[in-house]
Amino acid sequence: MNRATALLATLLGVLLLLPLVAGNYLLSVATLILFFAYTGQAWNVMMGFAGQLSLGHSLYVGVAGYAAAGLFFHYGIGPWAGLWLAIVLCVLLGMLIGFLAFRFSISGVYFALLTIAFAEFTRIGFDHIDWLGGPGGLFIKVAQRDKMDLLNFRGPPAMYYYAILVLAAGAFLGCYFLLKSKAGYYWQAIRENEEAAQALGINTFRWKMLAVAISSGMTAVAGVFYAFYYNNLFPEQIFHISRSIEIILGPIIGGVGTLFGPVLGAAVLTLLADGITEALAAMGWEIPGIKQVFYGVVLLTVVMFLPNGIWPALAKRLGISR
Amino acid sequence: MNLLEARGISKSFRGLRAVHDASFDIAEGSVNALIGPNGAGKTTIFNMVAGVYSPDSGSIAFDQRPIHGLRPDQICAAGIGRTFQVVKPFAGLSVLDNVMVGAFLREKTAAGARKVSLSVLEKLHLAAKRDLPASSLTLPDRKRLEVARALATRPRLLLLDEAMAGLRPTECDQMVEVFRDLNRADGLTILLIEHVMRAVMALAQHIGVLHHGKVIARGNPAQIVRDPAVLECYLGEETEV
Repeated sequence: MNRATALLATLLGVLLLLPLVAGNYLLSVATLILFFAYTGQAWNVMMGFAGQLSLGHSLYVGVAGYAAAGLFFHYGIGPWAGLWLAIVLCVLLGMLIGFLAFRFSISGVYFALLTIAFAEFTRIGFDHIDWLGGPGGLFIKVAQRDKMDLLNFRGPPAMYYYAILVLAAGAFLGCYFLLKSKAGYYWQAIRENEEAAQALGINTFRWKMLAVAISSGMTAVAGVFYAFYYNNLFPEQIFHISRSIEIILGPIIGGVGTLFGPVLGAAVLTLLADGITEALAAMGWEIPGIKQVFYGVVLLTVVMFLPNGIWPALAKRLGISR
Repeated sequence: MNLLEARGISKSFRGLRAVHDASFDIAEGSVNALIGPNGAGKTTIFNMVAGVYSPDSGSIAFDQRPIHGLRPDQICAAGIGRTFQVVKPFAGLSVLDNVMVGAFLREKTAAGARKVSLSVLEKLHLAAKRDLPASSLTLPDRKRLEVARALATRPRLLLLDEAMAGLRPTECDQMVEVFRDLNRADGLTILLIEHVMRAVMALAQHIGVLHHGKVIARGNPAQIVRDPAVLECYLGEETEV
């Protein structure tokens, strides 16, 4: 067993046992970390692997959340069915953006702007959909904490924790195999040099579309989780660009294109941000926006001193390749 | 048998005629060179064969199938590999991974692609450097990596765009040896665009000379160096023959 596997096994063991010792607050922090580890992994498929910068992943979280929550709210259709609608919608949306961009050679910063634009006009659009609550938000009935209703994904905090743990672990494993497969090699080739990739027989349009489809589909699952975990959705919050930024901060700080990066980045950011907020509150200082300032400081530090992210440097120390 | 047949291909850029009515054949198993002064249209012809540009008129057939107007990836899949004059390694990937990207064209599994890549690296004397990041290679090694990557796609025709440019004479001779070996041992057909006459003379069996977008001479090396038209427009100006 090599060091990377040992590290993973230990981490998974700790995470599996965590609900036995952790209180509700700690569990909610852990759930949040895993949520960002998962969405970061999804974003990483597009940017880290295939080199396509999306700054609008909140679009998929929001559309998926609203789709599943809307079905549940209006028709009582549970999230397991809503999930499929959410995935289909998000994959179609992602592929529409991808088609427009890749077909008409919109790349780099302009591609990123296109993803922002889609998220932004969807946010404004959802303000006018009364069926989904408009700007006033959509609320689904809060879960009874003592009763577990797996069919409708309502239950105690530990249930949500384990669900997002399964998602994060599954995404990690899935991305591991993707990276080792033909798709992983082709995406990285496109990321490194698209012209050279094409000269080696790679249909770059098709493979970039695949990256977008997988990334948006994965993010859709996170959106459904979000809706049923928080029980409320506001266009102003869920589609907001700060949400997209939160998703990508983890992988950027942890290490773009690496498997551990999104996990590590999410943990570092969430733990430190919450820790500092709590510590300041304990000292009697409630400073609004301190979290964002903190994100900025961490990002600045990492970009200046560890431009490839924390994980590549840490992996070197631990003697783990990649 | 002709592996590649170009018939009357032309290409203009904003009114500037880069290539005008060029025709040539490339026999299977042969080594061919396209030479000519800067701006003669060599790279334009190369790019039309490689699928980067589609010809304004004329036709290109590979193995009796028309290929003009296809995309670069389709050209590669048809069996034509290419290198770039300005090398384009996948800098963040290892040498082996660079070559595996090419090998995946014909190999479904990573294990299969790895096997093909290792044997290609062996041929190009890069096997010892397979785990290094491509960004750490020297220029001669990068040029070799370009060739290795293209070879891993198992082409029947290899297009070399100034593969010798920037190499020292000894390095150039080593590359010539590699290509000669690939041609003899594996029956690979080669078309090179080259300024280094040392390599052209050592390698090519057939040479086409391009001037102002037109083919002005063709023949074997001995015929070309004595051709008055060639001497006037190209070789006469340079004395490195």
